[in-house]
Amino acid sequence: MNRESAYITGSCIIRQHQVFLNGECIWEAGQELELPDFLRAGYDHFSGQYPKFHKMDALSKLGWLAAEVLLKDTAISQLSPEQVGMVLSNRSSSLDTDLRYYATVKEFASPALFVYTLPNIVMGEIAIRHGFKGENTFFVSDTFDTALMSTYPAQLLATTPLQACICGWVEVMEQQYEVVLFLVENTPHDKAQPLTAAALQALYQQKNS
Amino acid sequence: MADLKAQIIEQLNLQEITPESIGDDQVLFSKEGLGLDSIDALELIVLLQQHYNIRIANPEEGPKIFQSVRTMAAYITAQQTVKA
Repeated sequence: MNRESAYITGSCIIRQHQVFLNGECIWEAGQELELPDFLRAGYDHFSGQYPKFHKMDALSKLGWLAAEVLLKDTAISQLSPEQVGMVLSNRSSSLDTDLRYYATVKEFASPALFVYTLPNIVMGEIAIRHGFKGENTFFVSDTFDTALMSTYPAQLLATTPLQACICGWVEVMEQQYEVVLFLVENTPHDKAQPLTAAALQALYQQKNS
Repeated sequence: MADLKAQIIEQLNLQEITPESIGDDQVLFSKEGLGLDSIDALELIVLLQQHYNIRIANPEEGPKIFQSVRTMAAYITAQQTVKA
């Protein structure tokens, strides 16, 4: 495996009601907003015209919104569907939605909540939005595992048809959330840097203060 | 039917749709209509149970019942008449 054949070509971080694209804060909402209201405001600002967004759980909304920002000005849509994959991770899996669903079971179990009681559904929502059909995997770990997130996507780019991979961390539990998505490609662009654990860690911590 | 439309919007979380924008005879499950999907169908079944205490005994009746708001309202009225 040649790790130098994988490059970080973009990043999107959403935390503390701020949205960063490639290290630059491009939008922020009032800290007083509850998470659902922040997500709605973000949707109105960055997207709109996708009513299914409102049906998603918080985890899917966060990942979907970050992907909208991350991919907006990229040439990712020029790749074939099978050439774009995803490797995401988080700490709480789908527990936030699992608990909401469990609360409905006592009276009328909600089918709309049930379909989000798996963490990898967020990748399905992103795939549907952008038409991606490449390899995708979701890991659950206590913290953002930069070693895993550098080696596994690099291996996918080196050994499968993937030309690009969205990787990172999508975490939510009640009002606490954090999204850190990276676009990783096997060809470098303007400000691309080699995909390494140290590079991911530096980008992850860039605004983690 | 206005109440039923509002209930549908709330149950299905159709945040960008108003009751006034849903036609009485608008097809619910087609791209040309309201564009609902299979999960929405399950939610409509829950709506009937939750708001009207109606259980659909024969699942094959579903497509007829959920064709439009008017057919749903007619089914609800018929079931309430039977119970009365």
